[in-house]
Amino acid sequence: MSMQARRATALLNARLIDPATGLDQKGGVLITNGKIADVGPEVTAASVGDRRVIDCGGHVLAPGLVDMLVFSGEPGHEHRETLSTTSRAAAAGGVTAIICMPNTEPVIDDVALVDFIMRRARDTAQVNVHPMAAMTKGLLSGEMTEIGLLREAGAIAFTNGKTSLANAKMMRNVLAYAKDFGALIIHHLEEPSLAQDGVMNEGEVATRLGLPGIPREAETIILERDLRLAELTGGRYHAGQISCRASLNIIHGAKARGLPVTCGVSINHLTLNENDIGHYRTFFKMRPPLRSEDDRRAMVEGIASGDIDVIVSAHDPQDADGKRRPFAEAADGAIGVETLLSVALRLYHDGSVDLVTLLRALTANPARLLELPSGRLAKGAPADLVLIDLNTPFVVSPELLRTRSKNTPFDEARLQGRALMTLVAGRPVYNCSDGRGD
Amino acid sequence: MSIAAEATEFSFPHRHLLGIEGLSRDGIMGLLDLAERASTVSRQIAKKRDDLRGRTLINLFFESSTRTQSSFELAGKRLGADVMNMSTQTSSMSKGETLIDTAVTLNAMRPDILVVRHHAAGAVELLAQKVDCSVINAGDGSHEHPTQALLDALTIRRHKGRIAGLIVAICGDILHSRVARSNILLLNTLGARVRVIAPSTLIASGIARLGVEVYSSMWEGLEDADIVMMLRLQRERMSSNLVPSQREYFRFFGLDHEKLGRAKPDALIMHPGPMNRGVEIDSSVADDTRSVIREQVEMGVAVRMAVLQALARHLPNR
Repeated sequence: MSMQARRATALLNARLIDPATGLDQKGGVLITNGKIADVGPEVTAASVGDRRVIDCGGHVLAPGLVDMLVFSGEPGHEHRETLSTTSRAAAAGGVTAIICMPNTEPVIDDVALVDFIMRRARDTAQVNVHPMAAMTKGLLSGEMTEIGLLREAGAIAFTNGKTSLANAKMMRNVLAYAKDFGALIIHHLEEPSLAQDGVMNEGEVATRLGLPGIPREAETIILERDLRLAELTGGRYHAGQISCRASLNIIHGAKARGLPVTCGVSINHLTLNENDIGHYRTFFKMRPPLRSEDDRRAMVEGIASGDIDVIVSAHDPQDADGKRRPFAEAADGAIGVETLLSVALRLYHDGSVDLVTLLRALTANPARLLELPSGRLAKGAPADLVLIDLNTPFVVSPELLRTRSKNTPFDEARLQGRALMTLVAGRPVYNCSDGRGD
Repeated sequence: MSIAAEATEFSFPHRHLLGIEGLSRDGIMGLLDLAERASTVSRQIAKKRDDLRGRTLINLFFESSTRTQSSFELAGKRLGADVMNMSTQTSSMSKGETLIDTAVTLNAMRPDILVVRHHAAGAVELLAQKVDCSVINAGDGSHEHPTQALLDALTIRRHKGRIAGLIVAICGDILHSRVARSNILLLNTLGARVRVIAPSTLIASGIARLGVEVYSSMWEGLEDADIVMMLRLQRERMSSNLVPSQREYFRFFGLDHEKLGRAKPDALIMHPGPMNRGVEIDSSVADDTRSVIREQVEMGVAVRMAVLQALARHLPNR
């Protein structure tokens, strides 16, 4: 990045969008010591004096994205992805905070490992990295982890990774215990015995392909159970990803009853469906599986209505060896942190979700759930910002992506709109005009 | 005047002592007064009384115990009773005999008082229905342990001069604790303000309805407490995933000087024993000048003497 950009302290002539307040108007942002010192229409060239100025050219200036579900390969699988490469990809996608899953080797289930991730991130990452910790030791569902000590060490939330905790009594204990420490439980929804051999959505497409299916009930049974246990214990519960209309209805009902539960959806389940698997394309193999077009529409409706709180990338790097296999044997997961914003803008361009609502699910909502000070354009908030060109079209080329693994389901996809510049604590960490930005 | 004569000064219309539940305020106060006098007996060189001369007391412990069993034995002997300890390991109870058959068998031996501890809640009451003698509950499952609550109250009263109005914080495994239940009942009857402090996994459902304030933070729950009563954390709580580890438990729920600083400066530190130093209580706190843990043991003998005397008034054939 240029030295000029490093000294930047005022962003002018922007279309400010603050999803936390619904603000959408022309103006600027003044940055001092890495924080937003002022924001609004009154921040103009006349008011900022001799500070270094960046002209936003009328583009959207919004809080940086907070991606609540990211797998990194570090430690243990650095050949797939490191915290450094993940964070560069995030910066290029306008993501200023990534929440890392504990599915590493070793699993992040101990205070020393949380500390390791935070130190590595501090030394090597370009964006904010917040580690989640495992809620059971080794993610094996057998023993509860030291939730209190892990939380003190900096674990931002607790999860059982890519599996559901099948033991209801254990889930009750975890929710009750975590409550005492104000810790958020983020749970994967997949009843293990129902989902056991399945590799894609159960139904006609799976039958035609001759692949074993995962019924929607594998998701809804765990979701229903968890909501009951959250109600019983008063624990803070977030369903990591829902994927079908039935789950949306369950969440809607729970929220209508006043339960303080939340949920997320991956960008993949908002924009793709099971038909995209075509003839065994393994880059579309993921968990939860891509569902039907009706389910996809339900996910979009959930974002528009606010019943779904958060959009995540579910960024999950897999190497070529893991994906170049027969579909049933291939690894699950898709990368997505770098394309999250651009793909999400599809929903804006096709008119299904307005821009402020869309950005809210990517910024203010996850920040609020995770009790982060970012995710909003407010005085005193960290200057974690993204400048967004809403309209310029481009084609996704995997070789240009910054991630080490290239398993994107949006290979060669035509997208419209992308991050022009990303700032973390007032410092530009990505600038589109610098070419690759790093 | 004999201690037994003093025992007639208060109304104690009970044949058994199965729990604190059902005892009146006056009944409890009468027992404490009696125990206060009994405590002087144990400090004399000649500790032998004859209140229970000729009587047979059987200690029937289905669960292992050190202090409760030995203090009942001492209390009985100091009052002149013949005391027999039944060990469940060497008796027919370990050969599959049912509780009721055991009760009928023992009853045929004509004891006067049975002191019973059992791992199942309600077992002592069931046994009491099948025998002719007096029965004292020395702990039944997670239900009640009345003599422990009485000795705790006596210890508190000796130091504070009263129970009413004191803030008593009971900390630890409330869910499984018979000591907590008996103490909650007794302290509420005498007008104390009772708090329980534990991780939510160790709080019994609906316990607030027993008249306690529930906390999951030691720092909040100990604020201005007059009495800090710690409970033992058993290792099984870790293996059953109610608490993740000893070190985490000690960090957040163990009594150390920092957390104790929230309580009143003259707060008493109590523990029913046996203690896990470094798990629920810091070793130096256990030995602090404010710790009355050893005195609790001494009052245990006195309270059990008082209970035996009070029940002796209703023994048959008198």
